[in-house]
Amino acid sequence: MTRAGIYRSRRSGTPDSETSSGGGGTAVMRVIVPLQGVVQGHGGLVLGSVIPCAFFYFLQFYLKRNRRDEPEPEPDPVIQNSASSTNNNSGSSSPTQSELNGLSRSLSRVIISPRSSGAHVSVSGRANCILKGGDSQGLRRVEEDSYDESGNPDGIIELGLAQNKLRLDVINDWVSQTSIGLSLSGIASYEPPDGLMELKMGVTRLMSEATKNVVSFDPSQLVLTSGAASAIEILSFCLADSGNAFLVPTPCSPGFDVDVKWRNGLEIIHVPCRSSDNFNISVTALDRSFSQAKKRGVRIRGVIISNPSNPMGSLLTRENLYALLDFTREKNIHIISNEIFASSVHGDEEEAEFVSIAEIADTEEHLDKERVHIVYDLSKDLSFPGLRAGAIYSFNENVLAASRKLTALSPVSSPSQHLLISAISKPEFIQTYVKTNRQRLQRIYSEFVKGLKGLGIECTRSYGGLFCWADMRGLISSYSEKGEIELWNKFLNIGKINVTPGSCCHCIEPGWFRFCISNLSEKDVPVVMNRIRKVCKSQD
Amino acid sequence: MRLIVPLRGVIQGRGGLFVGSLIPCCLFYFLQLYLKGRRPPPSDPTELPRTSSRSNLFSRGNSIGRVRVSSRAVPVAKPPDSPYYIGLERVKTDPYDRITNTDGIIQLGLAESTLCFDLLQRWMSENLMESIMQSGDGEFDISSIAMYKPFEGLLELRVAFADFMSRIMGGKVSFDPSKMVITAGGTPAIEVLAFCLADHGNAFLIPTPYYPGFERDIKFRTGVELIPVHCRSSDNFTVTVSALEQAFNQARKRGSKVSGILFSNPSNPVGNILSRETLHDILKFAQEKNIHVIYDEIFAGSVYGEKEFVSMAEIADSGDVDKSRVHIIYALSKDLSIPGFRAGVIYSFHEDVVSAAKKLMRFSSVSVPVQRILISLLSDVRFIEEYMTAHRQRIRDKHVRFVEGLKQLGIPCAESGGGLYCWVDMSSLLTSYSEKGELELFEKLLTVAKINATPGTACFCIEPGWFRCCFTALADEDIPVIMDRIRQLAESIRS
Repeated sequence: MTRAGIYRSRRSGTPDSETSSGGGGTAVMRVIVPLQGVVQGHGGLVLGSVIPCAFFYFLQFYLKRNRRDEPEPEPDPVIQNSASSTNNNSGSSSPTQSELNGLSRSLSRVIISPRSSGAHVSVSGRANCILKGGDSQGLRRVEEDSYDESGNPDGIIELGLAQNKLRLDVINDWVSQTSIGLSLSGIASYEPPDGLMELKMGVTRLMSEATKNVVSFDPSQLVLTSGAASAIEILSFCLADSGNAFLVPTPCSPGFDVDVKWRNGLEIIHVPCRSSDNFNISVTALDRSFSQAKKRGVRIRGVIISNPSNPMGSLLTRENLYALLDFTREKNIHIISNEIFASSVHGDEEEAEFVSIAEIADTEEHLDKERVHIVYDLSKDLSFPGLRAGAIYSFNENVLAASRKLTALSPVSSPSQHLLISAISKPEFIQTYVKTNRQRLQRIYSEFVKGLKGLGIECTRSYGGLFCWADMRGLISSYSEKGEIELWNKFLNIGKINVTPGSCCHCIEPGWFRFCISNLSEKDVPVVMNRIRKVCKSQD
Repeated sequence: MRLIVPLRGVIQGRGGLFVGSLIPCCLFYFLQLYLKGRRPPPSDPTELPRTSSRSNLFSRGNSIGRVRVSSRAVPVAKPPDSPYYIGLERVKTDPYDRITNTDGIIQLGLAESTLCFDLLQRWMSENLMESIMQSGDGEFDISSIAMYKPFEGLLELRVAFADFMSRIMGGKVSFDPSKMVITAGGTPAIEVLAFCLADHGNAFLIPTPYYPGFERDIKFRTGVELIPVHCRSSDNFTVTVSALEQAFNQARKRGSKVSGILFSNPSNPVGNILSRETLHDILKFAQEKNIHVIYDEIFAGSVYGEKEFVSMAEIADSGDVDKSRVHIIYALSKDLSIPGFRAGVIYSFHEDVVSAAKKLMRFSSVSVPVQRILISLLSDVRFIEEYMTAHRQRIRDKHVRFVEGLKQLGIPCAESGGGLYCWVDMSSLLTSYSEKGELELFEKLLTVAKINATPGTACFCIEPGWFRCCFTALADEDIPVIMDRIRQLAESIRS
């Protein structure tokens, strides 16, 4: 540009020669060069061609640089922790993890210098995205230095991982009594990957039990998968095409990001709920997000909700569910209800009633049922996450047919199936189990909330799930995500407890934290409270 | 000072100022318009808006168009059209039983083995419950199996797996547990690898005939294409580098990006074993083209022939090659005959692949109780040695018996040295030498002879008339029954 300017100013004194050199009137053939109007004279032919080319080259170069830089997120703790509470693959092998950080960077460098080296073969672009995402710093720290009442009283207490240790003794009795149930012919050979009929019947019984036998579930509409994560992955694969989106009211389970996005290439559009509404889902907010997305040209294929909600632990009422179903009908989209904590409802009988969306769907016409899908997690409800068994319950024949085939890609092994059958085929086991579970959750929940209240920290009222959703807005130094992460770091480093910050659950109000209380026994509660107090003091 | 106008060089004179500004603007406008017209409509305009508007007109409860599943789920939900799956389904409706259903269909389509069930049965009855209950320190602790564990598999299991693999491969290779990710069977292992090595729309080269399940494992979700590299009976279905080269170039011409080669060794369905030289050549080829090599070595422990089995890991370890492109799949379902356990492994020399696969195991990991059983099963060295010897011996016996029976009927088999099946040339029974003739024969075998064998078309073989017959789930007394049935069919066709 500057060079062009110089040329032009040098020649500007001779306007006459300029027009003649342009010579439009003559019949002689001339070469037309883009910038000849700017760069006149003899050099014009060359410069006029070179300059646009150079510009174009630089534009390309600039675009290329920008593209490479964009998908590399900073490794801040929020993103790192986002997978933590459900994703616990964490660094059991921390040395390889640290190598990895170095590696992914060098890999992108390889891409920039285009295949000239030829020696290093690169992995697929989508695998690169996975490499960058979702490592949990908190969890790694817990693995390195975990709390033990006698062995390591100064270790970090795990309150981030959604697992249930309250009922281990019940499970213990069960496993030690099952020795008769396993025989080789049953467990070694090929079995239908979507689950044995016997097990499906047991699971539907368990699901009915959670609704107090109001709903009866049909075993033929059930497909077993290896855990709720793969259940959600398979469902979202079947319901939406790459590039489509799901609406998810927030705060939501941090695992959705991974389950829906990683391999399926789908988007999640968060619909924020606010503390002023007690984090209730409002259909108007859903509607607004829907039309906004539509305007942007994104196609919404469904809504994903959790009931009992994770992290708040609130329950959806019949009215809520009707409203949601009407909304999905109006927009002609699907609804996935994540009911993995259905048997972990612990509120009082009168005020807390768990209503499954299946109950609402049953009152609807056939065509409308087809949009309803339920995700269920056996291992969570039985507090046996190591068993990795989840389920899809759907009213849609096509979805069922497709998921049955896809379970071959994430199957439940036959020994696990037989272990489960031996447990849940006994009705008395399920009943005592669900009852004990409720009582223990109730007890630990009230203890914990009382403790927090003593420190001046309020929680939302929770009726189900393994969590306590605490309002710590008073404790954060600045009312922003940064302040929240600072506090989270303090919890980890000073208080030595690992919790889940609200930003991981995509809560738009900073200062909320999720405590997974089912990791604790009652005598741990004072220890945790002391540690929180310590953090509070350091904050003052 | 003068105004600079873009097209002044072209359009001179007085009008130049005006026209020279206007023309570029117009061009730009038309470009925009063109681009806009070319872009696909943001949402399917026929579906959603109409129905939603209708629902506004009528009040709730009126029938709206059915809610749609995603278009990628539709092909998955469709009933299978491959004869492989059709045959498997048909057997389920009327399975043969020596005593209760002597007219049923005999299953030769599923590669499973019941040859050593007695040994496994004995081990399980002695050790099964203890192995679940036993945690590391010998005391039973429920949290050792109930709680979340690393998705890529317990370290103990990976060590046991590595040891087991090097044992069945003759102790020539040692495997490194840190390069290993335990998966819920061979199927997810292949899918995860395909996902990690290729992007949507990329392709793998794959020599035919190949295992029909790859279609499902790779194409359903990852969107990776399979480009067949045809092998012929004249080479005993062994792939050549020139054929690979040709397929690679053709694919490139068509504009599809080849990201890897997928092989099974011992091959499925032929059962032949690749020689050390071939493996070297393939790896060299991959290096030259800078693509990945995926080796499916699921039948490595079921080798019964004279020919020595060489693992790709050995080749990769041996020389000056770039190892990071080599990925191996292994599973216990065939060699240990425990498909119900769904235990497999990805063994990769590429660190990024290992760590991405670890994360993806969130969706298909092996449950912890099963891991416990496997740890004690695989580390019981005495049992494993006894089992492997018996397994090989019994396949060899069964193979000889089966092939001999076919030979007497005048039906030859391809030369094979591993696997639970043989690759049978039934072209003499075809009424027409074509794919149609082969499918007719498949149908006749199924309905008249009541035998389910997998036809070559299901394995994408280009020569018609070949069938895969799995013989390891048969008892000795079943073989004469099968031969009888085939003889009757052959006589009715030839007469």
